[in-house]
Amino acid sequence: MANFYTDNPDLKHHLNHPLMQKIVALKERNFADAETYDYAPLNFEDAMDSYDRVLEIVGEICGTTIAENAESVDHQGPHVENGRVVYADATAENLDVCRKAGLMGMSMPRRFGGLNFPITPYIMAADIVSRADTGFENLWGLQDCAETIYEFANEDQKQRYITRVCQGETMSMDLTEPDAGSDLQSVMLRATEQPDGTWRLNGVKRFITNGDSDIHLVLARSEEGTKDGRGLSMFIYDKRDGGVTVRRIENKMGIKGSPTCELVFKNAKAELCGSRRLGLIKYVMALMNGARLGIAAQSVGVSEIAYREALAYARDRRQFGKAIIEFPAVSEMLAVMKAKLDASRSLLYETSRYVDIYKIYDDIAKERTLTPEERKEAKAYSKLADALTPMAKGLGSEYCNQNAYDCIQIHGGSGFMKDYACERIYRDARITSIYEGTTQLQVVAAIRHVTTGTYLTLMNQYAAEETKPELVEFKQRIAAMVARYTAAVEKVTSVKEQAYNDFMARRLVEMAGNTIMSYLLLLDANRNESFMTSLKVYLNLAEAEVAKHAEFIDRFNPEEVAVYMQH
Amino acid sequence: MSLNIIVLAKQVPDTRNVGKDAMKEDGTINRAALPAIFNPEDLNALEQALRLKEANPGSTVTLLTMGLPRAAEIIREAIYRGADSGIVLTDRALGGADTLATSYSLAQAVKKFGNFDIILGGRQAIDGDTAQVGPQIAEKLGIPQVTYAEEIVDLKDGFVTVKRRLEHGVETVKAPLPCVVTVNGSAAECRPRNAVRVQKYKYAVTPSEKAKMPEELQALVEKRPYLLLNEWSAADVNADPEQIGLPGSPTKVKAVVNVVFTAKESRRLSDADAEIEDLVKELIANHTIG
Repeated sequence: MANFYTDNPDLKHHLNHPLMQKIVALKERNFADAETYDYAPLNFEDAMDSYDRVLEIVGEICGTTIAENAESVDHQGPHVENGRVVYADATAENLDVCRKAGLMGMSMPRRFGGLNFPITPYIMAADIVSRADTGFENLWGLQDCAETIYEFANEDQKQRYITRVCQGETMSMDLTEPDAGSDLQSVMLRATEQPDGTWRLNGVKRFITNGDSDIHLVLARSEEGTKDGRGLSMFIYDKRDGGVTVRRIENKMGIKGSPTCELVFKNAKAELCGSRRLGLIKYVMALMNGARLGIAAQSVGVSEIAYREALAYARDRRQFGKAIIEFPAVSEMLAVMKAKLDASRSLLYETSRYVDIYKIYDDIAKERTLTPEERKEAKAYSKLADALTPMAKGLGSEYCNQNAYDCIQIHGGSGFMKDYACERIYRDARITSIYEGTTQLQVVAAIRHVTTGTYLTLMNQYAAEETKPELVEFKQRIAAMVARYTAAVEKVTSVKEQAYNDFMARRLVEMAGNTIMSYLLLLDANRNESFMTSLKVYLNLAEAEVAKHAEFIDRFNPEEVAVYMQH
Repeated sequence: MSLNIIVLAKQVPDTRNVGKDAMKEDGTINRAALPAIFNPEDLNALEQALRLKEANPGSTVTLLTMGLPRAAEIIREAIYRGADSGIVLTDRALGGADTLATSYSLAQAVKKFGNFDIILGGRQAIDGDTAQVGPQIAEKLGIPQVTYAEEIVDLKDGFVTVKRRLEHGVETVKAPLPCVVTVNGSAAECRPRNAVRVQKYKYAVTPSEKAKMPEELQALVEKRPYLLLNEWSAADVNADPEQIGLPGSPTKVKAVVNVVFTAKESRRLSDADAEIEDLVKELIANHTIG
């Protein structure tokens, strides 16, 4: 019986990162809950042991039930019956197993029945679930929405809704509309206030993942006559109240088990979440950051399964009298796949740790005033999280697509047939670089951290960390990449031409990503020798990528942007 | 109606993942080379017990196992999945027991336990594959038994209705309580460990395990009495020394032979229907199949 946690020692390596000591101590408020809750940890070691044990449950369920169900879920998929979604049979089974295992509401506080896990072990569970069934990760991962209720709703709403999420009810975030995709300011769904203080929602939402969930977060226009984001508020819709039907579900290329719904709101009763007018500008932004980290985790899970499927096939398949893995062309592909997997995973957990620290500080700030040092630290980590989230999502999703592509390539003709898992992986991977903001939009979110120097500061911090003597040569090579990156940023920003700056943004963000991931692998190798291979392979790749972009930027005449605008 | 449910379980070597060193030269099992696991069909039995508990609020599920002190591991495992508590019946004097001595010992433990409504257990354990212990316990307790259960259909008015999986089909039977039900591997799989319960019960220990814990954890166990598991000796269950362990076991193993299948008797057939038909007839004639 496979266990997707214990069969992958890299996960434990990331879980045991030194920064966890700080995260756990903050999260558990020095373990005060142990007095009130019989399942709260007694100390740091006890907490880490609990994460480990729970991830072992996740790994077991994923390695057996969920992975074994993935193919039938992909074939059967969900359907609509009388305005309601009926999941594929095996999807319902997957959800049932997750509920029984108590894996819903993992990061929610214990007073609502949650596990009070930091984001990092929760994200690790998402990474594992995605390896088993990428589409199912969506349904399970939408428990993330509870985070938004926890952060912005009132205490009564938290008690009523978060408790239900922890018991296994599912969630959805209803943002997109036919005319409001990436541009959410155009949301039109109408919210009207009733004399009793509740609201009624009317309109249509489209492309809503798990749109027939039990508890919805809905972005709607509460301020009549407004046209931009400042007229939008966030609402909670409870399926028990009725008023929303599923008109249809999309027939998708991948993640077929995850129903993507068109919803019709007809006088649906809803309650306001947080303050009016902050729906888009504050709450959706927070929601999206969480969701993006989730997609980054989903992407790493896809990279993992793509690599494993390719490796198993390459060892098994014999041509010209030997296993194809023995041919350098195949072997190189596998080494690069593993390097991209390891690099994006390191970035994922680095990001999740930063998210953990600033979010916990935000939460503590609700209980007491933070000290000036704490406030400063919270701000610094918040900025780092803000910088790394779009990078982890953008580059991680691109890597998983590349890995899924190479996975099929290694399978050769068989990979093009429906007989192997790789074709499903390839289809499932494709959405990761599109939803929750396309890679192009991740670049838009990331570029200010290129220009304001957040990434450079981070690189300098990594460079200052003590490393083993045998790693010095690698460190020097990464320092050379930093120099090329810095020169490229200077070159681009010295030209005050918006179109040109935008044109180069992707290249600069990629250069920053290549460099940061190189540092992260260096630090991984410093803690654990098993990362040496990936460090070497990734560094070769990253150096070449950085050089390529640097070269392009060097040679490029800013006026040439116009050439690319002629179609 | 609340029920007192006992689940019989055994910690067994994982014979499904047998490596080269699984057997010692003398033909006995090399337990060190095989991980100890929860006997799979006992997990099926546990699931049936947990379903009964859900359907009958206030019920308790108690795991009963006989084995080495470390068999407490499967009690914790059962508690993580929803059982309430457990008893390890462990004693050097119980060692070397065959199924007769084992069922006597376990029946004594059930008597000590007292009031119960139903006893569930796996059909058989993967190390011995005898399927005798459950039925023998029923005999020793003088209560009915239902074997090969696939599903407990319902339990009410002092009767349990059970669907049995037999070689050629399914049979539904009704038995008066209390009784013993042994459950097949074809029954519903056991639910997973639960994240909250794993954290709540991870320090659940028997008294002998507790003695080896660091002091602060011993203090925790004292503060939280539900963490203390039962550990009974042969004397605790008033077992007659003559009927337990080796002295109580009429079964004597004469020799264990390591059987290695080879392909020396293989025969190659063409894909012609006639040849295959001839082979089928031959196999029926010599009673290999049919």
